[in-house]
Amino acid sequence: MEKFTTHTGVGVPLKRSDVDTDQIIPAVYLKRVTRTGFDDGLFAAWRGDESFVLNQPAYAGGSVLVAGPDFGTGSSREHAVWALQDYGFKVVLSPRFGDIFRGNAGKAGLLAAQVDEKVVRALWDHLEDNPGSEVVVDLEARTVATADGAIQDSFDIDDYTRWRLLEGLDDIGITLSHDDEISAYEAGRPSWKPVTA
Amino acid sequence: MGKTLAEKVWDEHVVRSTPGEPDLLYIDLHLVHEVTSPQAFDGLRLAGRRVRRPDLTLATEDHNVPTVDWDKPIADPVSRTQVETLRRNAEEFGVPLYPLGDIEQGIVHVVGPQLGLTQPGMTIVCGDSHTATHGAFGAYAHGIGTSEVEHVLATQTLPQAKPRTMAVTVTGSLPEGVTAKDLILTLIAKTGTGGGQGYIVEYRGQAIRELSMEGRMTVCNMSIEWGAKAGMIAPDETTFAYLEGRPHAPKGAEWDAAVAHWRTLVTDDDAVFDKEIVLDASEVTPFVTWGTNPGQGVPLAATVPSPEDFDDPAAKAAAEKALAYMGLEAGTPMRDIRVDTVFIGSCTNGRLEDLRAAAAVIEGHRVAEGTRLLVVPGSARVRLEAEQEGLDRVFLEAGAEWRGAGCSMCLGMNPDIMDPGERSASTSNRNFEGRQGKGSRTHLVSPEVAAATAVRGTLSSPADLAPALV
Repeated sequence: MEKFTTHTGVGVPLKRSDVDTDQIIPAVYLKRVTRTGFDDGLFAAWRGDESFVLNQPAYAGGSVLVAGPDFGTGSSREHAVWALQDYGFKVVLSPRFGDIFRGNAGKAGLLAAQVDEKVVRALWDHLEDNPGSEVVVDLEARTVATADGAIQDSFDIDDYTRWRLLEGLDDIGITLSHDDEISAYEAGRPSWKPVTA
Repeated sequence: MGKTLAEKVWDEHVVRSTPGEPDLLYIDLHLVHEVTSPQAFDGLRLAGRRVRRPDLTLATEDHNVPTVDWDKPIADPVSRTQVETLRRNAEEFGVPLYPLGDIEQGIVHVVGPQLGLTQPGMTIVCGDSHTATHGAFGAYAHGIGTSEVEHVLATQTLPQAKPRTMAVTVTGSLPEGVTAKDLILTLIAKTGTGGGQGYIVEYRGQAIRELSMEGRMTVCNMSIEWGAKAGMIAPDETTFAYLEGRPHAPKGAEWDAAVAHWRTLVTDDDAVFDKEIVLDASEVTPFVTWGTNPGQGVPLAATVPSPEDFDDPAAKAAAEKALAYMGLEAGTPMRDIRVDTVFIGSCTNGRLEDLRAAAAVIEGHRVAEGTRLLVVPGSARVRLEAEQEGLDRVFLEAGAEWRGAGCSMCLGMNPDIMDPGERSASTSNRNFEGRQGKGSRTHLVSPEVAAATAVRGTLSSPADLAPALV
């Protein structure tokens, strides 16, 4: 995973709440067995609508998505994170994330930064008044700001995910370094626990 | 201070705990299906890693399989590739697999309990958000993403930050004709889709104790629909009676040892939850959704709400969008809403008891003109057992379609999808925009309401039906 420290990119106001992962990428786009190429399904139901924010040229190259509360609820599909990344998003800002989505984002290297709802509303106004303007996200300092400095605030992310993103660490590698502890735990499991084979 | 059920199960699975890091939890059972696993197996291959415990891993095919002609090659080449990829991965990594055509194939969350693999006090994960279903047995079970699937395959563990705990106490008894589905839909309408976020929820109280295992699974299944990390119900005699004699349940002295341990898996009297909600079961009535998230629901006897009914601006805006998408007018009686398709099935309501309940309502009636009824058993074994009881005849004689096992119309991924603008009454778990196919409109209902709706062609409860002409 690439290290994430700061990111500056065009902010995209997605003025909706409860954007579940079926909206981010409908199930019909989940048939691929590869890890990439999911951007064709991103917000598929809305992409046909000319007025949809990603269809407006000023936001087309966006990389910081600013969404309403309860972003990424529903299905566990990590394809939702991959679709956002494949499109070019590096950061999603929302007042509240679905648990599994937030976990998936952290694993895959997409920054899911939790901000106050007031900040989201201020950013929506700012990005609509200044289409194509940039947002600066600093993971080290846990801050988010508009490029002109008009809006500056902090965001929440748990310490462990932040550290892993800053270092670009692979979870599996970390866990496998504790192999002896896993083996010790396994040796003590009750014999009546079921096996599938 | 005592511990909650969730804390007991958590503590029993901690492999490693270090301040400033998430706990590393051991995973007792990892369920795998074709959609969220290919990239995980690829990751293992690239890193030269193996599956640490194939004997604690089980794969089946459910999301992306057809429910007709399942004995023929899958017609859609992309779907076929995905299913064949799972078969190749299972073989290469030694993971047991129940493929399409096997009597144990079916929806992962129906298969685990039915085989007796789901047991109290276990940690269970799957790359599917409805994994909380298994919490009905007092297991800590939740959905994971594909990166986590790879992590569990490689290590049989998962780093987890400890969620907070919440009690949902359901007092009293559910009235006659009111189901577990009505109960959970009522709860979600009260809490909203984010109300459980960050919590492991324990459902307790008289009405929960009185539910069958199937009903408990329906309740726990929809925990994710109000944002909860997991839903759990303490094991009791109902749980043990369900498990005893199942293929993977412990036998003999092992059974006794297991039950003795399982009896300790209850929340201590002096344990403290971070949050508590109380719901009176006697006030619950048949409940249906009108909107595009599972929290947008009302009693069947009510009318479609108006955006003006909501104070919160986000809820108001969401209601406006939902009504426009659903093609509904505020003030319309829910019972006047005509549906095109009725879907009975899914990990929420695709078990034998659900099919029995629906069949009891529909027996002697006919599916309404202009309405189609799809009945999709949750597993091949549920299908077989239903046929042994003659339920297939009841559905077929009423004019329904009797299908093979799978996720089917719960999600618009396999051939069972609706057309744009088509409206369903569905026993599944999500009424999201486009969930059952692009432009599809979904009303979530219980199996009983689904069956009555199929007969009348409008959202209905069994009480609305004229006596059957048997």
